[in-house]
Amino acid sequence: MTVLTVPMAETTVSVTRRARVLRRLRRNPLAVVSFVVLALAAATALLSPWIAPYSVDQTDFARTFAPPGTPGHVLGTDDLGRDVLSRIMLGARASLQVGLLAVATSLVIGVPLGLAAGYFRAWDAVISRFTDLLLAFPFLIMAVGLAAIRGASLGNAAVAIGIAQIPGVIRVVRSDTLRLKSLDFVAAAVVDGASDLWVLARHILPNATSVILVQATVAIPAAILGEAVLSFLGLGIQPPAPSLGTMLATAQQFAARAPWAAVLPGVVIMGLALAFNVFGDALRDALDPKEDRR
Amino acid sequence: MARYLLTRAWQSALTLLLSTIVVFVGVRALPGDPALALAGEDRSPEALEAIRRHYGLDQPLPVQFAQYVERMAQGDFGVSIRTGTPVSSMLTTALPVTVELSVLAILIASALGVGAGVLAAVRRGRPAEWLANGLALVGLSVPHFWLGLLAILYLSVATGLFPASGFVPILEDPVDNLHHIILPAVILGTGLAAIIMRQTRSAMLDSLSSDYVRTAKAKGLRPRAVITRHALRNSLIVVVTVVGLQLGGLISGAVVTEQIFGLPGFGKMTIDAVFQRDYPVIQAVVLLTATAYIVINFFVDLLYSVIDPRIRVTGDPA
Amino acid sequence: MTTPSAPVLEIRDLSVSFPTETGTVSAVDGVSLDLAPGEIVGMVGESGCGKSVTAMSIAGLLPGSARITGSVRLDGAELVGARESALRRVRGQEIAYIFQEPMTSLNPVLTVGRQIGEVLQVHERMSRRAARARAVELLTLVGIPSAAQRVDTYPHQLSGGMRQRVMIAMAVACGPKVLVADEPTTALDVTVQAGILQVLRDLRDRLGTSILIITHDLGVIADIADRVVVMYAGRVVERAPVDDLFARPRHRYTAGLLSASPQPGRHAGTDRLTEIPGLVPVLSTQPDACTFADRCPAADATCRDAAPPLEGIGGTDHVAACWHPCSTAPQEATR
Repeated sequence: MTVLTVPMAETTVSVTRRARVLRRLRRNPLAVVSFVVLALAAATALLSPWIAPYSVDQTDFARTFAPPGTPGHVLGTDDLGRDVLSRIMLGARASLQVGLLAVATSLVIGVPLGLAAGYFRAWDAVISRFTDLLLAFPFLIMAVGLAAIRGASLGNAAVAIGIAQIPGVIRVVRSDTLRLKSLDFVAAAVVDGASDLWVLARHILPNATSVILVQATVAIPAAILGEAVLSFLGLGIQPPAPSLGTMLATAQQFAARAPWAAVLPGVVIMGLALAFNVFGDALRDALDPKEDRR
Repeated sequence: MARYLLTRAWQSALTLLLSTIVVFVGVRALPGDPALALAGEDRSPEALEAIRRHYGLDQPLPVQFAQYVERMAQGDFGVSIRTGTPVSSMLTTALPVTVELSVLAILIASALGVGAGVLAAVRRGRPAEWLANGLALVGLSVPHFWLGLLAILYLSVATGLFPASGFVPILEDPVDNLHHIILPAVILGTGLAAIIMRQTRSAMLDSLSSDYVRTAKAKGLRPRAVITRHALRNSLIVVVTVVGLQLGGLISGAVVTEQIFGLPGFGKMTIDAVFQRDYPVIQAVVLLTATAYIVINFFVDLLYSVIDPRIRVTGDPA
Repeated sequence: MTTPSAPVLEIRDLSVSFPTETGTVSAVDGVSLDLAPGEIVGMVGESGCGKSVTAMSIAGLLPGSARITGSVRLDGAELVGARESALRRVRGQEIAYIFQEPMTSLNPVLTVGRQIGEVLQVHERMSRRAARARAVELLTLVGIPSAAQRVDTYPHQLSGGMRQRVMIAMAVACGPKVLVADEPTTALDVTVQAGILQVLRDLRDRLGTSILIITHDLGVIADIADRVVVMYAGRVVERAPVDDLFARPRHRYTAGLLSASPQPGRHAGTDRLTEIPGLVPVLSTQPDACTFADRCPAADATCRDAAPPLEGIGGTDHVAACWHPCSTAPQEATR
């Protein structure tokens, strides 16, 4: 006779919980694969200035539009004879940069607002009007406006994407705060005379980190796609700085001469976004096994 | 229900007012003298003075704002700096293209997304679910402008099945119109389809494990009736929300898609305007997008109350 | 009380287990039970003892992963392993269900009339209009005032008691032979409970429906049941006519249950309710031992070495699975 252990109460011992989440992640092959891909991408991005075979600006007008497989240029060259592999490596670095910058922007503004909206009833209405207002300006329109006022740049692209992601952050943080606020340990802290700020900082925020983490993992790939779109349209990273989006724009221009040039940058963007999305799904499943279906 | 609608109407109006203020302030934040920006080619002091008077730039800010709102409400968005034509008439030709593209994309995305989502939920743990989940992840991760690029290169140019660019108004030749717009609409719909699929699947899984579905099964209903009449009906509420919330993403996507396929819509007009510093056009585009988003989401809320009797009757959101 | 005529529902040696991530869980082990025409049998036990799983397995409503052995016969026809289409004809028409939560068990986006009518449309091939008219009659039958108006309302517009009456109306729409009521009153106020039980009793008297009522509330059992089945950890531990059980519980667990719930008269005053120490075990395999031994005051080596058979001690209709049954003298409150 085997008596199975029945978990009686959710113990909030963070160490065992973290160990459990990590164990679940390690057991999920998709999580492991996507994590390895992301780690490799991050390493390449960090080291690209040193490991890229050529300088990104090194032109060679004798060898423009070299197809992939050309000796010396594994992935070929572009319209100015620049090495495609080097530009992809640095372009991916820029994508990750914008992704992280945009998500950092959205978290810095969104998390405090989400906490306030969930915790203080009076603020909720005001903040939700603010959310509605932000939602009314899609990221591309926001980028258009910013470009009109301040000119197009990597920074402006990241800010536009980041601002557009604030409502999503507010929404998840707000609902998690509402949930946590109703739990006994928070009520107990309030009864013990803890200040609102203390309760938010010591009880609610630490417990909301998992939803914030999941939100970030889905926001980064969205930001990477956003950067590609903006750069493709000329509203993001400005040439000659390398960007996967501008590489695709160039490829469209010269599609008749070098159709293959349109393939690789897109594959890299998709690979990065896919790795983040897969890892995000796995992380969500690992954090909340009951919700493994979402 | 009346109270619910009134609240939503008031909130929408407030958001509209706030977004107008944002655009108004944004226009003031443009580099240089706004009169100079609005003047276009004729930059003589007399012309600038006339513009200042016409746009009330010599008035205090609140007065300027009131006049601004009045002009916008009348559809007076000024004159394009580049072409000299009124912005409103440019919009009249560009908007139908964008609206058609977006509506078609939403229809395609909803059909694909709901279908795949239901399938994935019903065939839980089988190959069909893996396939649907995998496709949704790819759909979520693929840059759809790149997909459009590939479609033009490897579908339109290579096979000649679809035109690579251009547009024919629907009133001129509906068949040719569809021929031009169907590929862009499919491409634009991919991302939305992926999002709808994931939400539908998750809502369906919730519904399928709910007590009322157990009741429906205990009544001896066929699986098809259980799924469509009981589970899906409740899941559709979620789908409507998603479409409403993703409208912003769709507008962004439409801009890029039009650019790639050379559709003469509002997106192409916008991008051209940015590079030509055509400020009246940019301003109109930004304001119009915000207004459209707010108005459409208000109608989405109305739609809710039609689908969900809990809102229709008592006014309490589910 | 017990009718000697052939039973409508015969459950023989029914066992159910579920595979889970951490191994198999045995939910029901060798349950046997008869339901005579017009009889109300109460099934009682703590949560997790397998009573709901037993109820759901009768009409094959458990998820596909459940492993079911044994036999469930409705008027002699075997239901375990029957084809899905055959089971669908049985569900709602011959065996109907009432669930615990009338709020969540009704579909929020369909009117109650539509939900009742649906059963008639499926099983009686009624038109939508005829089904709606019949729904009004059924609502009246279960004691809903101004049924003609209520038929077009949505579940959230009704009170909990009204919703449960709607569930009952839906269940009896096709005149089923067996009504399985899984905790029908648990989610309701005490005042509403009595009304619902009265409706069930009326239906039995008027339509001759056999009712299997599942509850953890002994008060409900005392109020409505003819016979009682006590379940513990997936097994039937005692089965007896209701008066007999309350007067002379044999199994130590039943005795514990009785002294853990207030009885009119008995505990009024200074007597305290006695709780049974410990929890119902979750079992991966059913042991050859008494599963109650770990919590039983009278347990000894025998109890841990062999599972006690379900045996009658006095009359044949009172059986218990216990090596050391309580004495047959009327029970005294345990201190």
